[in-house]
Amino acid sequence: MKTRALGTLAAVIVAGAMAIWMTAALAQNIGGTRGPTPLDQNAAQPPIPAEVNDDVRRGRAYPEQPPVIPHTIQNYEISLNANKCLTCHGRQFTQQSQAPMISVTHFMGRDDQVLATVSARRFFCTQCHVPQHDAKPLVENNFRDIDSLILTQTGVDPKQAVRRKP
Amino acid sequence: MIRATIGRLWQLVKPYWLTLIRPSTTISLGVLTAAGFAAGIMFWGGFNTALELTNTEKFCVSCHEMRDNVFAELKNTIHYTNRSGVRATCPDCHVPHNWTDKIARKMQASKEVWGKIFGTISTREKFLDMRLELAQHEWVRLKANNSLECRNCHGAGFMDITKQSARAAQMHSAFLFTGEKTCIDCHKGIAHNLPDMSKVPGWSTPVFQ
Repeated sequence: MKTRALGTLAAVIVAGAMAIWMTAALAQNIGGTRGPTPLDQNAAQPPIPAEVNDDVRRGRAYPEQPPVIPHTIQNYEISLNANKCLTCHGRQFTQQSQAPMISVTHFMGRDDQVLATVSARRFFCTQCHVPQHDAKPLVENNFRDIDSLILTQTGVDPKQAVRRKP
Repeated sequence: MIRATIGRLWQLVKPYWLTLIRPSTTISLGVLTAAGFAAGIMFWGGFNTALELTNTEKFCVSCHEMRDNVFAELKNTIHYTNRSGVRATCPDCHVPHNWTDKIARKMQASKEVWGKIFGTISTREKFLDMRLELAQHEWVRLKANNSLECRNCHGAGFMDITKQSARAAQMHSAFLFTGEKTCIDCHKGIAHNLPDMSKVPGWSTPVFQ
């Protein structure tokens, strides 16, 4: 009995040690986005990539995606006092600025009731819309939009289908 | 009562006045002229030195009203820190560089001395309550002089719009170069936070609460 108990104890200890060693070995292989720099040291900072400022509209990956901002918004004030974005994108200013008007969904309350002006819940633009940087993605992105998935299902090569007009 | 007071005052001033209006008997005209000239230089130099001393950022931020509010806000903007390190100080934008206009502005600033003495914006809350009025003073001033303090550095004739973003180039061509608008019409709140803009033309976007 005593020998069995001791044997079990030894097995548990060995298994535990193995587990710890394997975790440690695994952890060393996990690069992550911070690279091989140990946790207690600071990695060299990559240069800050340039902000996109070409005013060319980007496509949306899915219909509900808030469009990204193709220009710099440095020091644009969005506060209770003022909203710099709306001085161009607000309904009454788009003729002068030729900027795209904010979506009509922004005139809806949370019960989908249509309001006369911008809804307070849509006032803080940068909660959803963000400017872009010309940066390389840290990890590869395999995202495919729904159209290409549907086309694959129907046996059409999505790359060909996108070029052709329906 | 008043006549008696004036009479007593006159008795006090009279001997000095009589000395002043009589021609000098011992000092030559040459010495008087030279001394007057030298004193004039010293006075004028002193006046201008004092004037320039009040025309520095150091002087402006020596008051907490400026240091804790508008100067603190300026520090995040491109007019304080940027890639080339050329920066604007308070008087570059808020005091005309031309002498006559500068003196006129300095005389207006006596109201600001009054405000300092009586603590018109001595707390953050008081400052925020007055912010729209104070900002409007500056907008009106810059509108009236065609944004002169902006143009002291940013000459429309020297802008290379091919170096600007497409948006900026289009806006400047349509509104700035045609003279239809002046800098401050569009570039409000570029160096400080904005006041409540809900009643300012071009900004008034009503928000459904």
